[in-house]
Amino acid sequence: MELILPYLKAFLVGGAICAVGQVLIDYTKLTPARILVLFVVLGVALTGLGIYQPLIDFAGAGATVPLTGFGSLLAKGVQKAVEEQGAFGILTGGLTASAAGISAAIVFSWIGALVFKSGDKS
Amino acid sequence: MQKMTPTEYGELVKKASPNSRSYRTIPMAFLVGGFICALGEGLRTLYLSWGLQEDVAGGLVSVTLIFLSVLCTGLNLYDNLAKYAGAGTLVPITGFANAVASPTLEFKQEGMVLGMGAKMFTIAGPVILYGVLASFIYGAILWVFRG
Amino acid sequence: MAKRQGKQTIRLERPVSILSYASTVGKKESEGPLAPYFDVTSQDNFFGQKTWEKAESEIQRSTLQKALEKGGLSAGEVDIVFAGDLLNQCIGSAYGLREMGIPFAGLYGACSTMAESLILASLLVESGAAGKAAAVTSSHFCSAERQFRFPLDYGGQRTPTSQWTVTGGGACVVGPVGEAPYVKEMAIGLIEDLGVKDMNNMGGAMAPAAVSTLSQFFTDTNTKPDQYDLILTGDLGLVGSELLKQLMEREGHPLGSRHADCGLLIFDREQQQVDAGASGCGCSASVLCGYVLEKLRKGELKEVLFMATGALMSPTSSQQGESIPGIAHLVHLSNSPTAL
Repeated sequence: MELILPYLKAFLVGGAICAVGQVLIDYTKLTPARILVLFVVLGVALTGLGIYQPLIDFAGAGATVPLTGFGSLLAKGVQKAVEEQGAFGILTGGLTASAAGISAAIVFSWIGALVFKSGDKS
Repeated sequence: MQKMTPTEYGELVKKASPNSRSYRTIPMAFLVGGFICALGEGLRTLYLSWGLQEDVAGGLVSVTLIFLSVLCTGLNLYDNLAKYAGAGTLVPITGFANAVASPTLEFKQEGMVLGMGAKMFTIAGPVILYGVLASFIYGAILWVFRG
Repeated sequence: MAKRQGKQTIRLERPVSILSYASTVGKKESEGPLAPYFDVTSQDNFFGQKTWEKAESEIQRSTLQKALEKGGLSAGEVDIVFAGDLLNQCIGSAYGLREMGIPFAGLYGACSTMAESLILASLLVESGAAGKAAAVTSSHFCSAERQFRFPLDYGGQRTPTSQWTVTGGGACVVGPVGEAPYVKEMAIGLIEDLGVKDMNNMGGAMAPAAVSTLSQFFTDTNTKPDQYDLILTGDLGLVGSELLKQLMEREGHPLGSRHADCGLLIFDREQQQVDAGASGCGCSASVLCGYVLEKLRKGELKEVLFMATGALMSPTSSQQGESIPGIAHLVHLSNSPTAL
């Protein structure tokens, strides 16, 4: 039980966050792109209010893998940068913290586009 | 045709339109999204066991999931899973990666600069824009109030 | 000469003949219930080409070619071709028919293009302005998705009201004298907009246009739905068909069991996971030129109203918050040239 507990927590919390997204898809006029924007901004806001970090401490990847976690990463980055660099950190913090993810998406996608072919749908 | 207002017609359209099958879509989103997060947790445990710092391990989890998502996108698997999983594949970081990879792949035919280059962020761009904007505002607030 | 009858209907005094016709469809359509009726079914949705746009052009070219072959005609005998598709600037038609050597008039009527092109071809032939005229229409799921919606590999979820764009096309050649089927009457539709904004509910957006054209036609011709064997709409799908049924009753022209919709015929909705049915101008084009005209020729159907429906929006108008205007054009097809 001790061994699987972290995975169970990640599964439940991550699944719940995705389920909220699905409720928004099914019951509101929000398009997927708007939902993603909402989740990222929400991640920044909840981290700023000190609500999201306890969720990360509890659920680990269950809270960091959904896009709210991406927002949280941006917020924590800016916290750290403002502490260390003052006003300049307002500009550097967010992108510095999220640099790995964004660069990975860019580089892998570019290589992937060269290797693979757009597929038909059925 | 007899007169009818858009409001009246809107009501008719609503009645004639089938509802989302939420009894299926929500559990599917929960299961698939939960699975992707549990996979992330597994990767995190693995990277931590290699002796990596907490934040490096976390970053590497994202990078690994992004890699897997781009791979699945290229193999035409991600969209087929998303058909059933909905938000379960949209909300995790893998959904962000798919949103970057799919237009890059799709618009390869229009060239490396105006195709792949210009279209890469047509879907995911707003996420970065509003994420960075929110962090900027949050940073400014922090700076003003830190005393 | 063609005669105006009532507000929107045109009656041809000398009905023209559809000399030959052909249809082409892609893989998914070839797995649907109408598969045996199509002339060409391709398992390769690229149709041997490198891009989806080129694939759609190939549908245009090969479908018209097939129609000419079936009728024992050559391109040189056709005086004009009316063609259209869903792509920006109608490149599907322009590139597809580039090497045909037939005077070309490109059309955009969204998914109503098959009826629009057939109407214009018939009028030109009846007036004597053209000896023979052709009408060609196509759509391609993949080229439409990447232009109107998302990249093919993007992980989106379809909504229950969304419709699946048909990969396929239809072509017919019209002449002044010949055998069945005949074009006897036609009605050009009004642009109708009752404020539907959902790009994933085209059927709902187009139903008012269908009602408007159809009920005006019944008024103009003083006929009733049960005088026709089949009243076939283009791609209203599940939602649009239901709305058409309700609204036609309200107009005093209940359709009963006479109505069918190409968007509900071409796929097995449940099995093939197409939600509210099919759409795209290749939908009504391939069903007309594959299934309906063949049945009319054989006499299995005698009087048919074919009404292709179109949604006249673009991604730009939609993003700017505009509602979706609909259009519907009607063609009265018959097994016999004499009046109803």
